Amino acid sequence: MANMAQAIRMALHYAEEHLGVTDIFGEDVGAPLGGVFTCTQGLKTAWNSPLDERGIIGAAMGLAMAGNRPVAEIQFCDYIYNTIDLLKLAGNTHWSTNGDWALPMVVRTPVGSGIRGSLYHSHSFDATMTHIPGWKVVMPSTPLDAYGLLISACQDPNPVMFLEPKALLRVKGDERIPGEPEDDRALSKMIDAPLGDRSQWKPQWPALEAFAIPIGKGKLVREGTQATVVSYGRTMPLCIKAASQLAEEGLSVEVIDMRSLWPYDWEMIKASVQKTGRVLFVNEDTEVTNFGEHLVRRTVEELFYSLLAPPRLVAGKFVPGIGLADALEMASVPQQNDITTALRTLCREQP
Amino acid sequence: MSRPRLIKENSAPLSLPREQLIRIHDLMVKARVLEERLIQMYKQGHGYFWIGGPGEEAFNVPLGLLMKVGEGPAYDYLHAHYRQSATLLAMGEEPIGALRQMKNTATDPYSGGRNFAGHFSRRSKNIAPITSPIEVQYAIAPGSAMAQKRHGGDGITIVTGGDAGTAEGDFASCLVWSSRPANPLPILIIVTNNKWGISTTADGQHGETNISDRARAFNIPAKTINGNDPVESYQELQAAMDYVRKERKPFFIEARVSRLYGHSSASGANFVNEEQDCLRLFEARLEQEGILDRKQMDEARNRYTEELAAAARTVRDEPQPSGDSIWDHIYAEKK
Repeated sequence: MANMAQAIRMALHYAEEHLGVTDIFGEDVGAPLGGVFTCTQGLKTAWNSPLDERGIIGAAMGLAMAGNRPVAEIQFCDYIYNTIDLLKLAGNTHWSTNGDWALPMVVRTPVGSGIRGSLYHSHSFDATMTHIPGWKVVMPSTPLDAYGLLISACQDPNPVMFLEPKALLRVKGDERIPGEPEDDRALSKMIDAPLGDRSQWKPQWPALEAFAIPIGKGKLVREGTQATVVSYGRTMPLCIKAASQLAEEGLSVEVIDMRSLWPYDWEMIKASVQKTGRVLFVNEDTEVTNFGEHLVRRTVEELFYSLLAPPRLVAGKFVPGIGLADALEMASVPQQNDITTALRTLCREQP
Repeated sequence: MSRPRLIKENSAPLSLPREQLIRIHDLMVKARVLEERLIQMYKQGHGYFWIGGPGEEAFNVPLGLLMKVGEGPAYDYLHAHYRQSATLLAMGEEPIGALRQMKNTATDPYSGGRNFAGHFSRRSKNIAPITSPIEVQYAIAPGSAMAQKRHGGDGITIVTGGDAGTAEGDFASCLVWSSRPANPLPILIIVTNNKWGISTTADGQHGETNISDRARAFNIPAKTINGNDPVESYQELQAAMDYVRKERKPFFIEARVSRLYGHSSASGANFVNEEQDCLRLFEARLEQEGILDRKQMDEARNRYTEELAAAARTVRDEPQPSGDSIWDHIYAEKK
């Protein structure tokens, strides 16, 4: 099965062949590197921009205004902060012009911890991004979801922020991308650039199929009856593992992958919480003014009388960065044990 | 590459056809009267904030007249700033739209009552939305120029901003992205230099002799011109636009202009006597060369004053947007 980086690459190839994507650009996105995480290797419209994040977001806005469909990349979300006012403008353009202008653009950026990236390559961006109206915000946790969500993003007439959990970019999926060959090694031979001289290399793209996951729809990953865990991105596989482990202890946990942060699938979360009465939200952004806090607030306001226990949030610590040493990173963001323990406690909590 | 030219004397003969001079004058008067009406509306409490461009008509009118107006990459894109009502009028906009925006009515054609005066936007004329954060348009403009270069034809991108804003990084972004050897862009980069940044004078902030000198570092041909002279502005803009249209490469113009009513309503919006008035200077020359007499010019001003007073009365009775319309147009729908 493809890993997430390969899935993103295949979705972008599909988008430039079928969805009118004109420019895939950013720092080191084009040849010879094809992106620091290899997500843009071999793509025909990929090109290297100046090392200028504001220029990258601005150019994407201008291209979109002129009817093109750009996919811009910010190499790490830690470097997108100096473009915040441009992101705000991109989000408000349709509204401020009373519906006259639209900006069909996609911005991709890797987020979160998991590669020992230290202070400037480990930050999360979900809370900040969901605070900017006018954008759609998605974050896959599997290669197939990455493929389907990116295709939807490239079809959307609005700006879409595609957050890539960098810890999962090299993880292979359990599901096949429609059109991908059965043999992983065959896929790698077709689309992964060789090491060394790549000047003569051309990818052999598989015959990919249209597969769009609608923005705004979550995924019920596992059914359960005693508690619900809602997550996205890097912490999603940890939540799935926690639910499996707790099942062995006789506890039944329902697992929801949000996939889209804005708009999001409240109906799915609501139905689950009404069934289980207990909910844990998990993500790794810093915990103060966290997107999970919004979900807790909405749960309390709308589902209070369905609850058997207070809704809880497991999130990153509110510290200024993620330190390089293993113990520092592990202590800063949720790990497997934090989630399992929180869910176990929640399941056993009685009104 | 040419050196920045020294500003010419205002006494040079009016070397444009008579009809063209009359048209420029008419639009300059119309734009001036519009701005004065907007200031009056603000002072009468018919708007919350005024910012505009009285004093820049001699540059902004020729710019609008020379633009290839239409929708899409075959036509010119304008990434403007908030001092360009004169450009919009020269591009064919009706002045009542600016009054509607000042009064924030539901009929405001640029934002439906959502945005400040002078913050125009019009997709059918490739007028990109004007924003309050200064200079962001310089980061955005290379994108439309890139699309135009790929599209072919002779459509160009025009970006304008003020001298104080050139301190922002987006101005440098524009110079970098427009002049990349891998893909030079068909973009006319303009700075209107009125020597003020709100209440801060340029003398305290600018180490460069001419702002256009900065373009030279990127091998972008550049000129500093007298933006208070509509004839010089017209001819220099025409030459620059011809170059950009044909060569598909950037050109830079710094236009020295006046700021006749201060920065905005935040600084009082009162007439500043010490500044050169481009309209008064132009009218003296038109009279001197026998193109228009005082009576004809006064008639033009009176006509527009009456028209805009009537327009202001119309706008006063138009509905405000309803509160629940805040939910409209957050997202574009798939067509």
